[in-house]
Amino acid sequence: MTENNVKFVVRDLDFYYGHFKALSDISLDIREREITALIGPSGCGKSTFLRCLNRMNDPIPDARLEGQVLLEGEDINHPEVDVVDLRRRVGMVFQKPNPFPQSVYDNVAFGPRVLGMVDGKADLEAIVERSLKRAVLWDEVAGNLRGNALGLSLGEQQRLCIARVLAVEPDVILMDEPCSALDPVATLRIEDLMRQLKEHYTIVIVTHNMQQAARVSDRTGLFWLGELIEFGETSRIFTRPKESRTEDYITGRMG
Amino acid sequence: MSDGLRVTYDREYAHVQDQVLKLGELVDQAIALSLKCLQERDQELAQQVIDDDEAVNELRFHIEEECLALIATQQPTASDLRAVIAAMNIITDIERMGDHAAGIAKTVIKMGDEPLLKPLIDIPKMTALARKMLKASLKAFIDRDAASARRVAKQDDEIDALYRAIFDELVEIMSHKPDAVERATYLLWCAHNLERIGDRVTNIAERAIFMSTGDMKELNV
Repeated sequence: MTENNVKFVVRDLDFYYGHFKALSDISLDIREREITALIGPSGCGKSTFLRCLNRMNDPIPDARLEGQVLLEGEDINHPEVDVVDLRRRVGMVFQKPNPFPQSVYDNVAFGPRVLGMVDGKADLEAIVERSLKRAVLWDEVAGNLRGNALGLSLGEQQRLCIARVLAVEPDVILMDEPCSALDPVATLRIEDLMRQLKEHYTIVIVTHNMQQAARVSDRTGLFWLGELIEFGETSRIFTRPKESRTEDYITGRMG
Repeated sequence: MSDGLRVTYDREYAHVQDQVLKLGELVDQAIALSLKCLQERDQELAQQVIDDDEAVNELRFHIEEECLALIATQQPTASDLRAVIAAMNIITDIERMGDHAAGIAKTVIKMGDEPLLKPLIDIPKMTALARKMLKASLKAFIDRDAASARRVAKQDDEIDALYRAIFDELVEIMSHKPDAVERATYLLWCAHNLERIGDRVTNIAERAIFMSTGDMKELNV
């Protein structure tokens, strides 16, 4: 496997909810234009970790982070970091599709409008079209951009949410169980989309579906009780894991 | 290994393992009988060895189907996956060993009633060693015991040495007694089949090591 540049460097990361230590001493590198999958049983800290990558945990009272999360060498927790810009660069797609109850067009146009990224109507239209094409949704919605987004199927809604993230030109896309509400066909379409997106973007996905992690990711990390047990190339993790806890988890004998 | 979470998988894999051992027993028996029919010049027994090989082929395909079903329905990973893949490779090797036993039996039939060129000494030794290695390699596979598997593979050197000795001796005889060439060649075929059986056992040992360690290595080039 060729080594892409490192996008995120995480070092000695601890995370607390009040007195509860949710993450302990996490260090790993996330490489650009790769798909990194985080797996582990419920409550193991993988979603908390994902949310540390764009400071989505900030609003939680009593939450506290120690250690470093560097995005292209910059500490994202530095007081001078603009959180809005951070979340533009590091977008997020959630478990349940959550389009705004507006038109398809307005959903995708929302970010660029709010962030003032638009130079006239034609420019916005171009952004919307490009984003929908990259999310492989364009062919399905081009004829009805003004239709309500809630009228789309769940799989289409999730791809719309991905288009909404893409519209603000992120570097990284975080996905928290993006397929758990979708049927198998819609799931495979999202996985295909992820493979296309990694040409341009860095993707980090949290998933309970180990076969999904095996199918789609370049590297996989196993979290267990707030610790990163093992992190490595997906093809190795699923055939020759080094740690017995990884072996037990992926063979379905633990967790 | 199991704490009860993969009951179905564990039960189905245990069945695959049992079938692999059964296949091994059938072929071990075939190797033993191939020597017996050679020693006793028993053509009827030789024909039986050849006919019985069909059951080996059938069981091998049956096990392969079970392995495919296990992969398709249970999605094994890590050491579970390596074990199923190892089993699929091992049954191919065992089945080919059965073909070599049948090859010896076919040679016995070709030999007809002609007396043996010389008393059988090294061929029974090769046979005994090959059978011992086959049993030990399958035990190493079941026990996931890489150290034992390495020891088995090492023994193939002894089989190769015996083959070499037989080869040299028969070539020597052929060069002095042109009328013995045909009978010498028959014995050489038998020895060659046993030498190939030793190589197949080494493959099984390699798979047992791969299964337990994840290392894919050729042990005996």
